[in-house]
Amino acid sequence: MTDPSPDTHSSLAEAAQPHSQVAVFDGSQPLAMTAGVSLSPFTIAYQTYGELNADKSNAILLCHALTGDQHVANSHPLTGKPGWWSALVGPGRPFDTQKFFIICSNVLGGCMGTTGPASIDPTTGRPYGLTLPMVTIADMVRAQAMLIDRLGIDTLFCVAGGSMGGMQVLQWAALYPERVFSAMPIATAARHSSQNIAFHEVGRQAVMADPDWRGGRYAEQGVRPAKGLAVARMAAHITYLSDEALQRKFGRKLQDRAEPTFSFDADFQIENYLRYQGSTFVDRFDANSYLYVTRACDYFDLAGDYGGSLARAFSGAKTRFCVVSFTSDWLYTTAESRAIVHALNAGGAPVSFVEIETDKGHDAFLLEEPDFIATTRGFLRGAARARGLSEKGGA
Amino acid sequence: MSQSGGEMPQTALTRIDLLLVASMVEHGARVLDVGCGDGELLRLLSNTRNVDARGVEISQKGVNDCVTKGLSVVQGDADVDLADYPDDGFDYVILSQTLQATRNPRKVLEQMMRIGKRAIVSFPNFGHWRIRWQLAVRGRMPITENLSYAWYETPNIHLCTIKDFVNLVDVVDARILRAVAMNSSGAQIRVNAPWWAWNLFGEQGVFLLERQKKS
Repeated sequence: MTDPSPDTHSSLAEAAQPHSQVAVFDGSQPLAMTAGVSLSPFTIAYQTYGELNADKSNAILLCHALTGDQHVANSHPLTGKPGWWSALVGPGRPFDTQKFFIICSNVLGGCMGTTGPASIDPTTGRPYGLTLPMVTIADMVRAQAMLIDRLGIDTLFCVAGGSMGGMQVLQWAALYPERVFSAMPIATAARHSSQNIAFHEVGRQAVMADPDWRGGRYAEQGVRPAKGLAVARMAAHITYLSDEALQRKFGRKLQDRAEPTFSFDADFQIENYLRYQGSTFVDRFDANSYLYVTRACDYFDLAGDYGGSLARAFSGAKTRFCVVSFTSDWLYTTAESRAIVHALNAGGAPVSFVEIETDKGHDAFLLEEPDFIATTRGFLRGAARARGLSEKGGA
Repeated sequence: MSQSGGEMPQTALTRIDLLLVASMVEHGARVLDVGCGDGELLRLLSNTRNVDARGVEISQKGVNDCVTKGLSVVQGDADVDLADYPDDGFDYVILSQTLQATRNPRKVLEQMMRIGKRAIVSFPNFGHWRIRWQLAVRGRMPITENLSYAWYETPNIHLCTIKDFVNLVDVVDARILRAVAMNSSGAQIRVNAPWWAWNLFGEQGVFLLERQKKS
């Protein structure tokens, strides 16, 4: 474990030396980026669980969300908390590590060991900061495909993920349809809406307004824009929850006091909760990475890449899809999921769609939601049968 | 929750109805089952006729049951979501025991004829003598084994007779390729019996339809 003292900024330490396996792609394998430049060398940090079977047909790629990482089912090296999808990944879970070979890599632009703005630019010896080319969802996916090549896997049994992870799933299906046997885009959208972009812009401006951001050169100057990043996280966190859930959990309850203090202290429990969310976030996440990954989502518009037709992005797809949305998710609404389903139907792809009833908002995809877990289990079971995995008895 | 094949009680008659509907589908066809319930018909079709089977179902439980069986089913409402399917996407669009629960049966049937080359519709016949008898003699809304709800809580808001349906087929510019009426024990009524006899003695109607060729 790295030293969690605030001065060393532990997330930057993970960027340089992750507690993960790494795949290094040297000058012979540059990454052609959407921005029109190539990135080389670059590194992908990743975790795997379970074992790849003999014919390499049981590999599942899980794609993490905005501020997630590769630590999907093990305790987090910085926070010590359980992996972000422990509810769904593990022995006997829907993404059964006794049956499947599960891969999760940190996205390009991230800060947990894959090349991102906190990584050292070999040409200057300094962190990239904002000199890293703008990263898109397609860049993240192309880099993942190179990792999958490196692992010797031709076709992934499933690619799954929620939120920004779901965007990667859609991008995988569009870019490499023949390499994706089944796909689960969850609580996601095929394009970022104006409202989505607006919330992200608030977060970025909060980071950039922090005097310690220093034009993105904070690491070299021994500071970090912790306040700005915390505010960005606080604002974003509200969008991950529903009004109903907030009301149920916090209401207007006061924090450790009987009367309001008539000051700007965190009188209300919700204030205290958000401040806590903000302060813990800055200990594990890099501010520049936050700028990059939010921007990658904003630029995502899959239909736009295919002449304005989402159906064309999936034309002739053989991939089996299971699209999932949550009733109280107002960040990536059911309507966005339905748009994906319509496009897949128009393209003739085999698609299932389930809207899960919950009041837990966007974050529901990370939680123990029985209907969601049952859907995932059922979909994977059906797909495994079609792939001929169950007969071989798994791992 | 209104439209769902699962809303009908699973009687022997509905089972015979499923088998009859399935028998109208050619092997290897692309099929969309609207109101597919727990996916029983889709599974029957994939197992016995090797079809590319898709479904639409309004209830989450139904969709979950289907997905668990490995079927491709979309949560949706026949009255609203059929509009999103492209023209001629399917060889058959099936509406089994669901027509009477739709808000706009005419629009639903029009959408089916647009999406599919052929449509198969099965429904309970409200012209059956036992139903007429209940209304005429008892003066009460009929309740039968297949229509088991009280009027104030029934999901079946657009019941019709076999004759009514034949008229609707005309209205939506379709033609009947095959029609079957079954009595309460599931036996088929003689093909050459007149419509009035079907309308009186048929408990269920099953119709295979095709778009009227443009002249």
